[in-house]
Amino acid sequence: MELSFIIEKFILITVIFLVSLGIAAYSTLAERKIAGYLQDRVGPNRAGPGGMFQPLADGLKMFMKEEIIPADANRFLFIAGPSLALLTACIGSAVIPWGQDMVIGDRIIPLQVTDINVGILYIFGVVSLGVYGLMIGGWASNNKFSLMGAIRAASQNISYEIPMGLSIIALLLVTNTLSLKEISEMQHGGNWNILYQPLGFLIFMVCSFAETNRTPFDLPECETELVGGYHTEYSGFKMGAFMFAEYLNMFVASAVMSTLYFGGYNYPGMDYVNGLVGPIIGPLIGMAVLFAKVFAFIFFFMWVRWTVPRFRYDQLMNLGWKVLIPLAIANIVITGIWITIYDKL
Amino acid sequence: MESLSNRKKVLDQKPMNFWERLYLPAIFQGMAITFKHMFKKKETIFYPEVEREFSENWRGLHSLKRDEQGRERCTACGLCALSCPAEAITMIAAERQKGEENLYREEKYAAVYEINMLRCIFCGLCEEACPKEAIYLDGPIVKSDYLRKDFIYGKDKLVEEPLKS
Ligand code: SF4
Ligand code: SF4
Repeated sequence: MELSFIIEKFILITVIFLVSLGIAAYSTLAERKIAGYLQDRVGPNRAGPGGMFQPLADGLKMFMKEEIIPADANRFLFIAGPSLALLTACIGSAVIPWGQDMVIGDRIIPLQVTDINVGILYIFGVVSLGVYGLMIGGWASNNKFSLMGAIRAASQNISYEIPMGLSIIALLLVTNTLSLKEISEMQHGGNWNILYQPLGFLIFMVCSFAETNRTPFDLPECETELVGGYHTEYSGFKMGAFMFAEYLNMFVASAVMSTLYFGGYNYPGMDYVNGLVGPIIGPLIGMAVLFAKVFAFIFFFMWVRWTVPRFRYDQLMNLGWKVLIPLAIANIVITGIWITIYDKL
Repeated sequence: MESLSNRKKVLDQKPMNFWERLYLPAIFQGMAITFKHMFKKKETIFYPEVEREFSENWRGLHSLKRDEQGRERCTACGLCALSCPAEAITMIAAERQKGEENLYREEKYAAVYEINMLRCIFCGLCEEACPKEAIYLDGPIVKSDYLRKDFIYGKDKLVEEPLKS
């Protein structure tokens, strides 16, 4: 392994890490702004021009708050919970291909931290690890509301992972690969997977709402019933870590959805533009396009949050087990039949 | 029985049809409504810069009035403090000296007059109790502050500006 390779990866990782942190921070502002606009208000607008520095002010406030660890809480696990949530939220973005390979001189620099051939499974694993943070945090708080929230988080994630996995299987039937890079490349030229898997996408999206604990599936933190759910006992920076992890998860989920179903960094007329601007700027434009898709998804997440009320717990379970799983299985069968017929033709 | 208000509505609990059970059409409908609201005129009033209009009988910050000759009307009778349900008012009375007739209308006046704005509920009972028409709640919204002690308003903040002549 040469030095330049390490430097290259190091820069890429740092940039992606900082960008995802920045996006997560500004998602908090965007959430409040969008909530305001959807409710005929204007949202925070005092810190800096148009409220630009609100995330910094919020972060500062979180840091300055008193750190309270409840007397009977398990100190180690209490701190481990939010750390784990934050960690797993951060590592999800490692396998996402942010753009086409960049060519500088005779070096080819892939805009992806690592292209493992089981990329989707990796994301799956990381996302399901995320729930451990909530579970550990909720359990360690020694508080019945936290415990309820943690249990809900766990059972919700388990139930929604199944239809999510099944919807992915249908996608894999179409793409024949687990590598996110190859999936992105296959969608080149407007050949987006959403055209082949509309139902699969719908199921995947509903499940990612549940996996990221966003409304209408935010039962783990459900303020109206459980005070704050799994983070009832948390304050200060640890509370901030949980919040931050939620927004990071949303960012990763948006990136995964854009990559799997909406063509990733591909956009119509890509080859023409690449021919015009060359192999360095071209991939960067692709990256910008991917980010535009991601932002659109993040907006969608927020839009749904401020429109749809929270599900009741039994409704949530009914939806997961009695609607989404049969739908996902039907989707696999239909896709399989369709592919067989298509091959025969 | 006949409904008096005419607003009674009979709800029919018919089972949901297929599209309603899908939820999705209803969700899209809702999302269209919220999206429309993004472009509506915002209701926000940017408070310190813009103040909304208050009604005529709005009760705000108290002011201690002066009479036509610019003398303080309050005679420190304590009726306002007595009537106050929130125990927000305290005062120390003093006797008017010779030569102070242009400052105080009555022979007794309030040397110290304090209202604790954190206790006050702006009910206006002090205004009603006052026999000298010396106190009115005709000011603006009480300003926010950082320390509790800064919410105790003394005569420097309560008494009206002296008459200009
Ligand atoms: S407005 Fe009511 S509460 Fe306030 S000082 Fe007057 S009597 Fe007391
Ligand atoms: S404000 Fe009126 S009621 Fe209160 S002490 Fe003065 S004169 Fe008496």
